[in-house]
Amino acid sequence: MKKSSNLFENLVHGVFLILGLVTIACVLIISLYLIVSGIPAILEIGLVDFLFGTQWASTAAEPKYGILPFILTSIYGTFGAIVLGVPIGVLTAIYLSKLASESVKNIMGQMVSILAGIPSVVYGLVGMMVLVPGLRKLFNIPDGASLMAAIVVLAVMILPSIIKMSVTALDAVPGDYEDASLALGATPEETYFRVSLPAAKSGIAASVVLGVGRAIGEAMAVMMVAGNAPNMPDSLFQSVRFLTTAIASEMSYSSGLQRQALFSIALVLFLFIMLINALLNFFLKGEKKG
Amino acid sequence: MKPIITAKDLCLWYGQSQALKNIDIDIPECSITALIGPSGCGKSTFLKTLNRMNDLIPGVKITGTVKYNGTDIFAQDVNLLRKEVGMVFQKPNPFPMSIYDNVAYGPRTHGIRSKARLDEIVEQSLKDTAIWDEVKDRLKKNALGLSGGQQQRLCIARALAVQPQVLLMDEPTSALDPISTLKIEELASKLKEKYTIVIVTHNMQQALRISDRTAFFLLGELVEYGDTDQIFSNPADQRTNDYVTGRFG
Repeated sequence: MKKSSNLFENLVHGVFLILGLVTIACVLIISLYLIVSGIPAILEIGLVDFLFGTQWASTAAEPKYGILPFILTSIYGTFGAIVLGVPIGVLTAIYLSKLASESVKNIMGQMVSILAGIPSVVYGLVGMMVLVPGLRKLFNIPDGASLMAAIVVLAVMILPSIIKMSVTALDAVPGDYEDASLALGATPEETYFRVSLPAAKSGIAASVVLGVGRAIGEAMAVMMVAGNAPNMPDSLFQSVRFLTTAIASEMSYSSGLQRQALFSIALVLFLFIMLINALLNFFLKGEKKG
Repeated sequence: MKPIITAKDLCLWYGQSQALKNIDIDIPECSITALIGPSGCGKSTFLKTLNRMNDLIPGVKITGTVKYNGTDIFAQDVNLLRKEVGMVFQKPNPFPMSIYDNVAYGPRTHGIRSKARLDEIVEQSLKDTAIWDEVKDRLKKNALGLSGGQQQRLCIARALAVQPQVLLMDEPTSALDPISTLKIEELASKLKEKYTIVIVTHNMQQALRISDRTAFFLLGELVEYGDTDQIFSNPADQRTNDYVTGRFG
């Protein structure tokens, strides 16, 4: 009896171990695959020409493979989304965590969850049909599909994760701190901004990093609203291409060095995301300590 | 002595249950008044009424009057009232920021921006609470690194930094070790030269050691209020006698 239950336990243990290993294996295989398939093109083009070349003309007679426009577009686009989305998200979180009544908090919390669940292609679609023509009319430009449109869409897309994580962080601030501030004669508003927010800062920072991760990895929605021309992002109203969309838009018809270069772009994107993950872990660790 | 706080016919309800029943009390200036009584007797509720911290609890209803320096506290600006009537909590609750910023928080809130002035206030407040020598070399360090007793003295310094007239203390030593408790008691005895202190305590020895006047609460009523010596040696009410001699509570 004892023996068979041991056997069963070992079996279960083994199954779970294998399932865990599958996940790890996926990460390792993807990493390895990206490195192996991404490096040849970089070697052939030259690291500096690849990363800092300002021209991408993969199908020209004399092809150019400079991805600086994509890198800058991804950085600017993400940065813009953060500049737009973080204040809105954090202020919303303060409202939900500290000011809203229980019922408002519930309803708005559910809305935020729905926002998180909307597929990115739907964001792209709405952006394409509403935002792009709107921007064109508002700023009187020839085409609304631009960096600006992508920033707005990304800002909306990162809102749910920023709001949810910030609310969690703000809810976790001990009431003692707020009481102490109020007892010193500070107004509730002062208390939220000078005590609650600083006390929740590592959680909020983590939410921002998570937002950065979402924004930089998003492909479908930005492809639909950014215009997708491989320009340097000199202006907010220029048609631009992101790292993600650079891969997605050419992969289906690419070949040879062009295809290899797309893998190299994927490798660059992957490195960006690894960096963001490292930052996220750093902040979350800080939160546990603090 | 002239009363600084006067409550008349004060009643307080949490929803349906009445927590304070017709409290009449005069608290004299520059003295220590101890509020004693068993758990749930209303002493902490009464204390929190004096700086209107009860306002934050939903469903609270208050009738009667409380006057601070002659003005009705419910009619005046709550933030100004709290600047005048400071509070120290049961559990030390320094903000998760530097020692300096903790003490400077209140003055900054009330509009003091000058670095020199803030330095002065911080130093004076920390000296008044006898913690200056222990922390002067690490003012920029996080306050959460201090011991419990140091944290509580820092919280008192933080409360003093806005120059209140009254200091409410809600069982300030119940989370502390005996030596830290002694330090806080010595501090309170020193502070009463300049401030009026109202202290809630479960520890009757503490009330006897430091307070000038003692108020005994039971089931929301103020049973007896008088000079501490008289309350402990010769109480007028049988219930007070039973409580201070340890028959219940």
